[in-house]
Amino acid sequence: MTSTARAEQHRPAAGTRAEPPAPQRTRRRIPVGAVIGAVVLLVLVIVPFTGGLTVPFVFDGALSSSRTQLILAAALLFACVAISYDVVFGYTGLLNAGHATVFAAALYATNIGMELGVPFVPAALIAVVLATALGAGIGALSLRARGLGFAMVTLAFCEAFSTLLVTDPFRVFGGEEGRPLAFEQVPSILLQARNVKWLYWLALATLVLVAVIALVATRSQCGRVWLAVRENEQRVEMLGLNPFAYKLVAYSFSSFLAAIAGTVYLIVVRAANPASASVEFSLAMIVMVVIGGRGRLWGAALGGFLYGILTLRLPSLSSSGALDGLPGWAGRVLAEPLFVLGVVFILIVLFAPGGVGGAVDAVRRRIRASGRSRSANGPGSPPASRQDAP
Amino acid sequence: MNAFLVILVTALGLGGLYFLLASGLSLIFGLMDVLNLAHGAFFGIGGYAAWIVMDSLGVVDSLALRFLVSVVVAVAAGLLAGFVIEKVLVARSYGDHLAQILLTLGLGFALNGLLAGLFTYSPRSLPQPEWLAATSALGGAQIPNSRLVIIVVAAVVFLGMIGFLRYTRHGLIIRAGAENRQMVRALGIDVRRSFTLVFALGGALACLGGALGAVFFNGVTPTLGQNMLIFSFIVVIIGGLGSVPGTAVAAVLVALVQQFTNFYANTGLGDLAIVVLLVGTLLVRPQGLLGRKAAST
Repeated sequence: MTSTARAEQHRPAAGTRAEPPAPQRTRRRIPVGAVIGAVVLLVLVIVPFTGGLTVPFVFDGALSSSRTQLILAAALLFACVAISYDVVFGYTGLLNAGHATVFAAALYATNIGMELGVPFVPAALIAVVLATALGAGIGALSLRARGLGFAMVTLAFCEAFSTLLVTDPFRVFGGEEGRPLAFEQVPSILLQARNVKWLYWLALATLVLVAVIALVATRSQCGRVWLAVRENEQRVEMLGLNPFAYKLVAYSFSSFLAAIAGTVYLIVVRAANPASASVEFSLAMIVMVVIGGRGRLWGAALGGFLYGILTLRLPSLSSSGALDGLPGWAGRVLAEPLFVLGVVFILIVLFAPGGVGGAVDAVRRRIRASGRSRSANGPGSPPASRQDAP
Repeated sequence: MNAFLVILVTALGLGGLYFLLASGLSLIFGLMDVLNLAHGAFFGIGGYAAWIVMDSLGVVDSLALRFLVSVVVAVAAGLLAGFVIEKVLVARSYGDHLAQILLTLGLGFALNGLLAGLFTYSPRSLPQPEWLAATSALGGAQIPNSRLVIIVVAAVVFLGMIGFLRYTRHGLIIRAGAENRQMVRALGIDVRRSFTLVFALGGALACLGGALGAVFFNGVTPTLGQNMLIFSFIVVIIGGLGSVPGTAVAAVLVALVQQFTNFYANTGLGDLAIVVLLVGTLLVRPQGLLGRKAAST
């Protein structure tokens, strides 16, 4: 079989799955990822019912306690953000350094809408539209700069927006303090202090929604062009496609996904805070995606989730007594999320550039390789599947 | 008129600080294509190095002398930090620009976290020599001397850099390397030594900026460098990547626009005005004020 023919045969399998291969094949190839995803989802769904189950070292108290559920909800939304960022950074290869802007814009717009008396759901929908439009505008301007210039321009926009929120010249954003959540317009079921499971499930549902939309988009024809732009922009241009348009769509689309996460994050943290628009948060998204593995949605989600747990739990590490043996300054340094993340991140870039996703793929390749060599002459040995392609 | 003069001099001082940070960034970028996201942390290191010296070098009575020592120590710390970081981290990933940028990003996080852990987030202010804290009458306005010192230092650094790039062999290699690295290598010159040199030089200038910035801002915090870094990026883009004179012009321009907008319009609008300036530059002249055409691709 020539390589072209093989590519032709595998494209439907990788894409829309419109033409499944022979039936016995499909039974053989239950996607491992789907099974793992379903199990993880199930575990996450039943977290509020785990009773007194604890996760030592990671969380204080029971897993089902309100505090832990709120931390998990925030981490799940960070996973959404990481997925949205992976579309533009991992898939399209654009080093966007200002992604927090659209996230925060949706967050603030939702709250301002609710302050004006609009109920939560319509306010959130309007906010998503506005934030996506803002993202498209910023993208259209900053994509004029090539390469690293693009990173610097997006960074500048992020700083400008963040300054706008903090200095608040028009007295609408609440300055450094931000704005408290406009409680009146939020469904009361999401606001119970002792029963946060509905809010937690809302965050989980948001993650599923964002992940599914992103999965469909990245597997579409447009998603394949994004990958092509990342690999070789000149060639895309030579094929008669307009890379700028595809990059702009990727930028706007990822803004859209981040905006969805922002509207729910508002309720989880119960405030519109300028920290959500900061350059640090934008750069943190790079960290999330690289830790999890660029260009893999599940990797990005995992990276965002781990990042969330790490930043939200590390500061309390010093008060937990785990660092008591160390001198004060060392304890303070180790409890500083920035420091730990930075060091972990450097180690990953140096020694595991593919992140967690890359490591898992390497293990899978090795397992499959050993399996194939054992059954090399067996009757049912399948041809090399697409994951084997370099 | 008085207010105008004070703001003018303050803006020039701020422009000097921007230049100290941005010129290193611009050189590193021009030669190595690396966006150094840890450059802001250098600024912080310089500030804290100066603070430690000022705070603990009690044996030297004269504040002026102590300040001089602290600036020298800060510059030395920057040289060392830049040298070590280039050798240990950045040099491992030659040929992979993204990995290098990611490394500097992680390094920036780690160093800022380290500074925050060591010195906490409360600002540390340097005891200043009397003369530096005093003001001079200039054209009827009372100008803080520290601003004037920063302007002079930045001007000297600018002239020194131009001289270094034009008239020394290392400068020649750096300029040639920025134009065409392959060609320089083909001529049998080890560009990697220039990489290390540029990184160390950039670190030293950033730390010098940090030490002076600790005076300018009446104290140093772990996040100060990060804020300065963002404006330095804007300066670098407006000035044109890799161009030292362009960086100098843009540093002054950005600081002037920022300060005057903040004063005459509304505090906080200055930062927005800069971004408007940046967008305007990108639309009209994507390669920056004094950048070469090729630098934009």
